[in-house]
Amino acid sequence: MLKQKININNDIVNTQEAVVQIEHLKKSFNGNSVLKDINMILSEGENVVILGKSGIGKSVLIKCIVGLIYPDSGSLKVFNKEIAEMNPRELNTLRTKVGFIFQGNALYDSMTVKENLEFPLRRNKTITDSHIIEGLIVEALENVGLVDAIDKMPSELSGGMKKRIGLARTLILKPDIILYDEPTTGLDPLTSREISSLILNIQGKYKTSSIIISHDLNCAKITSNRMLILHEGVIRAEGKFDELKNSTDEWISSYFKTD
Amino acid sequence: MKLNIKKIFSKKAANENQDEFDFSRFKNIERFLNEIGGLSRFAGNFFCELFRPPYEHKEFLKQSYNIGLSTLPLIGITAFIMGLVLTLQSRPVMVEFGAESWLPGMVSVSIVREIGPVITALICAGKIGSGIGAELGSMRVTEQIDAMDVSGTNPMNYLVVTRVLATTFMIPILVFYSDAISFFGTYVAVNLHGFISFPLFINQAFDSLHYYDLFPATIKTYFFGFAIGIISCYKGYYSENGTEGVGKAANSAVVISSLAIFIIDLIAVQLSEIIHIFSM
Repeated sequence: MLKQKININNDIVNTQEAVVQIEHLKKSFNGNSVLKDINMILSEGENVVILGKSGIGKSVLIKCIVGLIYPDSGSLKVFNKEIAEMNPRELNTLRTKVGFIFQGNALYDSMTVKENLEFPLRRNKTITDSHIIEGLIVEALENVGLVDAIDKMPSELSGGMKKRIGLARTLILKPDIILYDEPTTGLDPLTSREISSLILNIQGKYKTSSIIISHDLNCAKITSNRMLILHEGVIRAEGKFDELKNSTDEWISSYFKTD
Repeated sequence: MKLNIKKIFSKKAANENQDEFDFSRFKNIERFLNEIGGLSRFAGNFFCELFRPPYEHKEFLKQSYNIGLSTLPLIGITAFIMGLVLTLQSRPVMVEFGAESWLPGMVSVSIVREIGPVITALICAGKIGSGIGAELGSMRVTEQIDAMDVSGTNPMNYLVVTRVLATTFMIPILVFYSDAISFFGTYVAVNLHGFISFPLFINQAFDSLHYYDLFPATIKTYFFGFAIGIISCYKGYYSENGTEGVGKAANSAVVISSLAIFIIDLIAVQLSEIIHIFSM
């Protein structure tokens, strides 16, 4: 068992401005300590993939970033503002800059695809012109290649299509940071690769910074600029995909064994 | 001496038993108080959001339409049977006292003052309350409410305010509808054992009704509607533990709403009695 964080490549971070800064973050549920001491930085324009076993607190970590869950202690700054000190209005404003893709997509099942995309737009932007709104919806759907699904209900869509619509709904607010909670879980390898490429394309097109929670090594390989391995409530290892994969440390390489 | 030591020991043992008092038996009370506190805070949030834009008038109209239209057939059938049965059950006693002609008046007072509002509210608690509890509960467990939260949209405003307002304004309308259908049921029942023309029946029924019969009965229906809406939304909004939690949310929405209806009715009856005494 590793006692200290293995930092394989220190020079990856700190070259660009940090958009998310987490220091000594702790969170427990009913006395069960999930996040014990999390320290990490997400730099501008960077894609960070977080690996870790199921139930280790990866989703809890990104939910803390958008203020869905509040940490017990520690500092969590997004765009240099402490989340815990924000009032509801400030938090809502921040949330329009931070997109969140849920593991189960969380599409509003009583609304069509168009209404799903229109919903956050009408409530957050001051745009009232229907033509402009329609244009933005079509643009977001074009980005994910699903313009034809505009009038469909979520129940009529496949798993991969739901992921894409979830992404389009997030993109419509033009966020600076996107948090992906297991974006390729439950998808076939081909669709997983398509979603991973889409994440990369979006980063290139909109210059977003992303945190991607994933078990999918292919997704991690395609999308990551940097990877973190979460273990027992702390980040145990950090580095680029190839560096971690080729690590001589047995514990790290065990995450990359496919057989 | 030995006896004294025994006494000391037994006293000690008694003290220890007192120190180790089992507080777990108060857990249900604690849970109940927590629930009351949570519901009060939720209702407080509702009133804060009520006056905060954006005003979701489209969603309010949609919910009102759904709530009103979906319950119309059920309430119609129940109200008709209620009027019919109430008249048939009351008739023998009225005949015995030679007061058969008072039957329309007596039944109409019973329906307008008590049975109509309470039965309609209970039906709505079952149908609407479970619907809201299950809908919001499933939205919670599938993270749709969280998705609204993280997109900077206020789910309280969109989901809760619209539904609570819809139940608050629709239930009084449904009660009026229920009362009217019950009157028709009464008219049919009266005519099963004799003949009375419809204008005469209406005349007799409304002759017995007074302003203080109608006014408190109408006011309390707004409270019934509010209670059904807020309790169902609260149970659904904070549902947890997956699909099992959705079922529990729907179930407890119905149970607590029904209980709240009887408590509100009790308070309303007492208050209207006091007001009636002072106004005489």
